Amino acid sequence: MSLIDLDAVSFAYGRGRNVLDGIDLRIDAGRNLGIVGESGSGKTTILRLLLGLARPTSGQISFRGEPLDLGDRSFMRGFRRAVQAVFQDPYSSLDPRQKVADIIAEPLRSLNIDTDIDAAVAEALASVDLPLDAAVRYPHEFSGGQRQRIAIARAIVSQPELVLADEVVSALDLTTRIRIVDLLKSLSERTTLVLVSHDIGFVALLCQDLVILEKGRIVEQGSARDILSAPKHPYTRRLLDSTPRLPDFT
Amino acid sequence: MADLLHIENLTIRHAGLPLVSSVSLSLAPGERVGLIGESGSGKSLTALAAIGLLPEGMTASGSILLAGQQVVGAADRDIVGLRGTTVATIFQEPLTALDPLMRIGDQIAEVLRRRARRDGRPVSRAGIANEVAALMARVALPDPARLARAYPHEMSGGQRQRAAIAMALACRPSLLIADEPTTALDVTTQAEVLKLLEALVREENMALLFISHDLPVVGSAVDRVLVLRAGELVEQGPIGEVFGRPRHPYTQGLVEAARAFDRAIGAAL
Repeated sequence: MSLIDLDAVSFAYGRGRNVLDGIDLRIDAGRNLGIVGESGSGKTTILRLLLGLARPTSGQISFRGEPLDLGDRSFMRGFRRAVQAVFQDPYSSLDPRQKVADIIAEPLRSLNIDTDIDAAVAEALASVDLPLDAAVRYPHEFSGGQRQRIAIARAIVSQPELVLADEVVSALDLTTRIRIVDLLKSLSERTTLVLVSHDIGFVALLCQDLVILEKGRIVEQGSARDILSAPKHPYTRRLLDSTPRLPDFT
Repeated sequence: MADLLHIENLTIRHAGLPLVSSVSLSLAPGERVGLIGESGSGKSLTALAAIGLLPEGMTASGSILLAGQQVVGAADRDIVGLRGTTVATIFQEPLTALDPLMRIGDQIAEVLRRRARRDGRPVSRAGIANEVAALMARVALPDPARLARAYPHEMSGGQRQRAAIAMALACRPSLLIADEPTTALDVTTQAEVLKLLEALVREENMALLFISHDLPVVGSAVDRVLVLRAGELVEQGPIGEVFGRPRHPYTQGLVEAARAFDRAIGAAL
């Protein structure tokens, strides 16, 4: 069964024009999905909808086959436990006044998950290759890549089925970026990832399926292998042609 | 021919700590050189030092000859004349490089008038307006007549960077410093702006100092590259050698990481 379905979903801010138009997509457990688009493509809005932070203007979103009801608190608690997020900027997404242990434990506390919090935090830290003593330190003591690891630890501590990642490596240096890719790769053995990014190379490293967004519409979707080897839509081709690659000097 | 920019043993310190250590580099007229490194490598500081614009509290030692003029230790009035004539700079974020309260056409015109003043050329209002229109067409800004009256916030990121490039061209510099000029842009816009920069540098026979963390972007823009890490030069050479057969482990790591992303989309090539 699919985890999340979007069925003919459209969204407009206020009375403005649709920033998302007729979006159909499904997220299956065990298949990482990459949502690729440039600025103004609607990728952030899709993410807000997938997180249950906004209601579609029309169309329907379902979670495990049930319509997502933002007003149903116990349903949403189950949803939030299953769906967690990591954001782009690790400098603004971590509370500077909280110790790392409290930041990571936050989903456990807010979702009233009955578990040994210290043990869960320790396990999450180990999963993202941070030392245990990181727990008693503050975010400012860490580099950008380490902070992103803390944000990932927070996202996986409730053992979610799905982690949504919004441009999680965009703010990082290349060498740090590749290490976070390796970490996400190992995490995807136990949780499904949805990566929202403008960077098709990053997404292609981790996702089996791709959705290409342009101006609020899906122009192409399918398996990453098919789309990368034989892009059908002109926009997808332009995106791939525009992506700079290291010339072959050997 | 004498180097346009000749840096020797440049060390930049802040509160006694070295941020850039003993960096040497030279650029001949018309040469295109890349300066790559990750955050904190000192690549932008090196460029700022070259034009005498280090932030307050930082001191440079060593030697920087820009068009034969010593920049290290020089009074600002001695080098201010070089900025905007010998050398022009394009920064990463055009929104902060442009005056938000001034129409784009006026911003370009201001640079043109300053350059003419320094050359001792007389300018007419109509002449400047024509030059503004020509420059905007040159950087492929659509509908120049309308956009000349636009404010920066009314333009897209790509259009703003094109406007910033037009202002740099208005200086008619021998050396163009481009500090992460496409990092804030979408990938399709980036491809267009890189193509434009490459064409302009070639047509105007400008030297280019291209600063970026992005290896593939640098790889397509320059002939020679220097790799900085934590303020130290770890490797330099022709682009084919440094990226094709990197010697230093740090460069090897960078190239390998870039190749990993390329391979992921390689099927599309």
